[in-house]
Amino acid sequence: MLHHLTSPIAAATPSRRTFLKLTAGAAGGLLLALRLPGSPAKAATGDSLVQPFLHIRADGSVMVLSKHLDKGQGIATGLATLVADELDAAWDQVQVEFAPANAEVYKNLFFGMQGTGGSTAIANSFQQYRQAGATARAMLIAAAAKAWSVPAGEITVSAGNLSHASGKSAGFGEMAGLASAEPVPAEAPLKTPDQWVYIGKSFPRLDTRSKTTGAAGVYGMDQRFDNMLVAVLARPNRFGGTVASFDDSAARAVDGVSDIIGLPSGVAVLAKDTWSAMQGRDALSVTFDDSAAEMRSSDEMAKELAELTAQPGLKAHGEGDAEAALAGAAKVIEADYSFPFLAHAPMEPLDITVLFDGSTATFWTGAQFQTIDQMVAAQVLGLTPDKIAINTLWAGGSFGRRAQPDSHYFAEAALLAKAWLDKGNAPRHLKIVWTREDDIKGGYYRPMMAHKVRVGLDAEGRIVGWNHRVAGKSIMIGTAFESFVVKNGVDETSVEGLGNTPYALENLHVEVHNAKTAVPVLWWRSVGHTHTAYVMETMLDRVAREAGKDPVAYREELLKNDPRKLAVLKLTAEKAGWGTPLAEGRFRGVAVHKSFNSYVAEIAEISFRDDGTVKVEKVVCAVDCGVPVNPDNIKAQIEGGIGYGLGAILRNEITLTAGEVDQSNFDSYLPLRLTDMPQIEVHIIPSTEAPTGIGEPGTPPIGPAVANAIAAARGEWVTNLPFSRSGLA
Amino acid sequence: MAISLTLNGEARVIDADPETPLLWILRDTLGLTGTKFGCGVAQCGACTIHLDGTPVRSCQTFLGDAEGANITTIEGIESPAAAAIRAAWTELDVPQCGYCQSGQIMAATALLTETPKPTDEDIDAAMDGNVCRCATYARIRSAIHLAAEKLEG
Ligand code: FES
Ligand code: FES
Repeated sequence: MLHHLTSPIAAATPSRRTFLKLTAGAAGGLLLALRLPGSPAKAATGDSLVQPFLHIRADGSVMVLSKHLDKGQGIATGLATLVADELDAAWDQVQVEFAPANAEVYKNLFFGMQGTGGSTAIANSFQQYRQAGATARAMLIAAAAKAWSVPAGEITVSAGNLSHASGKSAGFGEMAGLASAEPVPAEAPLKTPDQWVYIGKSFPRLDTRSKTTGAAGVYGMDQRFDNMLVAVLARPNRFGGTVASFDDSAARAVDGVSDIIGLPSGVAVLAKDTWSAMQGRDALSVTFDDSAAEMRSSDEMAKELAELTAQPGLKAHGEGDAEAALAGAAKVIEADYSFPFLAHAPMEPLDITVLFDGSTATFWTGAQFQTIDQMVAAQVLGLTPDKIAINTLWAGGSFGRRAQPDSHYFAEAALLAKAWLDKGNAPRHLKIVWTREDDIKGGYYRPMMAHKVRVGLDAEGRIVGWNHRVAGKSIMIGTAFESFVVKNGVDETSVEGLGNTPYALENLHVEVHNAKTAVPVLWWRSVGHTHTAYVMETMLDRVAREAGKDPVAYREELLKNDPRKLAVLKLTAEKAGWGTPLAEGRFRGVAVHKSFNSYVAEIAEISFRDDGTVKVEKVVCAVDCGVPVNPDNIKAQIEGGIGYGLGAILRNEITLTAGEVDQSNFDSYLPLRLTDMPQIEVHIIPSTEAPTGIGEPGTPPIGPAVANAIAAARGEWVTNLPFSRSGLA
Repeated sequence: MAISLTLNGEARVIDADPETPLLWILRDTLGLTGTKFGCGVAQCGACTIHLDGTPVRSCQTFLGDAEGANITTIEGIESPAAAAIRAAWTELDVPQCGYCQSGQIMAATALLTETPKPTDEDIDAAMDGNVCRCATYARIRSAIHLAAEKLEG
């Protein structure tokens, strides 16, 4: 049967003005003023204490509800740590599960909607989850005081036990039911840092057991239901392309295939299992309409970006008169940089399961922007958001991929579920599985970027002026976040880390060009810092060497007004033995960068293999992320952040030929492997400052640290990424 | 076509197309979802299982290849080496997202069974095919060494 989609179904983008009212947030974050119906989980039984962020059950277990997605960064354990500490629970009674989708109760306090991203999870929850623990503790004490007829002030709580000098004692479980009848105190007092029992210590992750035994049902990919159908889609092979027609006769003949449904985003093959669906897709014949598609190659796009940076752009930051300073400089150093598109390639490709009965819909997936996911699904299905339930599951990585301003994978699942019902079928669980090829070719990349920098030095080698132009597609323009984040055409995420650098740079001028392409772009672990830190830190290194100064000493001079950034740099230099002789054939490079309000310095030690490729032997790192809630997890995030950044800088790029993505799987988009991994040493600065981000800040410094080490060996800085383009990887 | 094999110590007869990758037989037909789908083309190791004790990529091993074989998955692996690996993984909190870890544990257990005291070079050779996008590699290496110590007792 040949199908013609003459009038494709309207694309499922959220008409955001109808339900999102964006307002400026007092906390400096995104605040979406919205109210969704629905309420937090209610008490199931009378013998439990049920609060929005924790449930204490009669069996003594303390179930913490994580409002944030855990995609490996350890936030579930982190939030449980905050609750357990103020509650004085025993660690082995603490469990964690994900909260339902409910923006009112579970919003990210920096975003004003439920969502995880921007390394904000601990930062926005630090007070809230501790308060939740303290509140429950106060209610348990009040209940025990009544039950025992003793003053509340005489009751002590330790490791999950309430006790009184009279000899009376009870576990949390015994007191939970009574506690639930107590009034919720307005503001239960919080501990002082010297009273913390878990915060600042490295308690083991709560998810390690399930992740080392192959436990069922952990990830979205593993969801199974009776009668479930698995769908794999044939999507357009160019961005902006649409399905013109398809012939599904061969696909329908494949064993196990039950139906084929055309959607705006592609043609879905539904089958009894994944393998049949994949084979059905292989047998499909689809013609795409590329009239509105991106047809250029990535080389042409890179050329366009480079040309843009030759022209003045929109002003993103301006202090003093950079042009005059450059004109009067003793020396001007100029450099052009080129950064490729990058895929996130999380280990678990995207997947989503939906059950829609015509009036309510339930989704199962590693949801990261639950509020937007809920609203997009509601709009597609013609429902109100409260009719959309989301079961958030552990995600096999994300690195930004699942934080979707357009929620395209929810929209696709909702459209499929709707089409399924519209065909007269009974409601059924439908699971969409993305293959690795779908993931790598699927867009939502870190945007391709170009930078042009001109730095003016005086006769003593001091920086007197800095002009910095950036060109690339904005992540925010055209999304629900645009009106908040984009000012005068400038998307802060394109230039973050430049204008607001902690370096004392006079006459710093930053300009931006917003390029256009149908290639969808997205935040990728550390967003704009993925390229801005690279340029800033390699340029500074270059300037220091031109001036005949030591790169660490030169930076220290510029960081006099930022003691925290200075401290991580100094500590790293000390621990790495900066300035001490190296073994033959070894070279060092340094980089330091502030992102997500955390400070990270890294010193990479490298060597070269016989074939000229670079081997990163060791990375020494210092981090200041405020109160270190779980030091071992901070180390893990820095290790992972370094590895993730290193893999990309070495050899990752998504390229296009005539609009089609050249890479398809891990044999062409080459991931970092065990033998690439350097030895990593992480030092954490003790701090009582409010905790800040840790999932992303480890990533930005690694690229420039390695590039600076290469320059120490060869006198040249790599400006065209990835390194594989120069035979270095 | 019916294929007879032993799965996690149990005799099974599986009636399916012998060309089907074992990965999908395990995950979809039998509901053993601990074995993960990462790439489908033998590039990532997320789907690693043991076939007669040897680690193989189940996405590129077909049901027909398993006739009469002894298959072990993450759900069924029990041996002193496996116990030492799990204990070391837990002690060092190796997993982040965890999605690659079934495959890592299957590969590491096979290594330790074969080579109870592996060198870094042994680890490189045995583990380089297992991708971890969270880059837990440094801990994987340390945990294998730790497991080797534990095995030695
Ligand atoms: S899924 Fe088999 S090696 Fe990747
Ligand atoms: S732990 Fe996430 S891919 Fe390995």
